[in-house]
Amino acid sequence: MHELSLMTNLLDAAVNAADGAPICALRVRVGPLSGVVVEALRFAFEALTPGTPAANARLDIEETLPAFHCPHCNMDFSPPALHYECPACGAVDGELRGGDELELIAIEVPDHV
Amino acid sequence: MCETCGCGHPHDSSPAHDAAHAHGHEHSHDHAHDHAPPVRTLNVNQPALALNQRFADQNRGWFRAKALTVFNLLSSPGSGKTTLLERTLCDLPGSAAIVGDLQTENDARRLRASGAQAIQITTGATCHLDAHMVAHVLDKLDTSGLRFLFIENVGNLVCPASYDLGETRRVVLLSVTEGEDKPLKYPVIFRTADLVLVAKCDLAEAVGFDRAQALANIRQAAPKAQMLEISSKTGAGLQNWYAWLRD
Ligand SMILES: Nc1nc2c(ncn2[C@@H]2O[C@H](COP(=O)(O)OP(=O)(O)OP(=O)(O)O)[C@@H](O)[C@H]2O)c(=O)[nH]1
Ligand SMILES: [Mg+2]
Ligand SMILES: [Zn+2]
Repeated sequence: MHELSLMTNLLDAAVNAADGAPICALRVRVGPLSGVVVEALRFAFEALTPGTPAANARLDIEETLPAFHCPHCNMDFSPPALHYECPACGAVDGELRGGDELELIAIEVPDHV
Repeated sequence: MCETCGCGHPHDSSPAHDAAHAHGHEHSHDHAHDHAPPVRTLNVNQPALALNQRFADQNRGWFRAKALTVFNLLSSPGSGKTTLLERTLCDLPGSAAIVGDLQTENDARRLRASGAQAIQITTGATCHLDAHMVAHVLDKLDTSGLRFLFIENVGNLVCPASYDLGETRRVVLLSVTEGEDKPLKYPVIFRTADLVLVAKCDLAEAVGFDRAQALANIRQAAPKAQMLEISSKTGAGLQNWYAWLRD
């Protein structure tokens, strides 16, 4: 359940960015190779927000796809789960360029604050 | 007529409209209707592990300054991390260990029997080591003559995967008693491995370990990793392990 501590970090970042304003929404990006279970993240959010500036916030989760780059073909590809080989040349030493992220992209705060 | 909810107001989000709208009329419809106030989007772009990454980079700098090669050992509980380190610390001069455990000091005590330094980090409720915990104990290490530092992570095939400790290389152990399918069930951690050790090979026959299937699954989940088969009990394969460490 490291989702609890990861969500704590995301909420801290959100509260910092809101600078005293109530938070209407958090936009979080999660990659399939981040090791994070989206349902556990949502559960952690529900458990952690009461009594905080994010008490009434919405959690918008944007799920990404794995993104690899093959150094031999100079090609970007997004392989299905557990198939990391380049679809063109079969090389498995592709460089991971995305899909392992867990980050707070943005927050929404009331416009009049 | 409002086309979104039929409340009789044009949906206009200008402040003027909002002010005019704050007149407390009764809504006759029964769905939740909270004329969402205008919001402003603030870009943040902060990884959840930003702070861990800062400490990991700091650790990496410290390791480099001390000319240490550092290995992060990961596996499920009981795969044989401590047993392997008991032998490794004996056989490889200039080695020390940092050990993460939820509750006990047992593993560090076992490792100190080898005569090498072993520092315990008790994580309590935390299911992984993070770079900050490691940073905290580094000043306890006597680094004179030290070349290799092993960090035994908390036994767990999920959470430790996400936490860079600043290590030089990552080693994931899979013991033959765990089943051949584990690399496919925990692909995230296997994908980050530089080396996968198939451990407790002396038990392979007793548990009907399907070696070919296991190696194929490791290949698939960790195509870039090297792979070695060892037994800390009989010593089989340990010379290859030591050669890899020195490489
Ligand atoms: N037969 C056999 N048993 C082993 C081998 N390596 C470890 N064991 C046994 O496996 C059990 C667990 O080993 P540990 O070294 O404590 O495993 P660990 O990964 O450090 O466990 P945690 O720190 O609790 O996650 C012990 O009973 C060891 O004696 C091996 O190569 N062969
Ligand atoms: Mg142990
Ligand atoms: Zn290619």
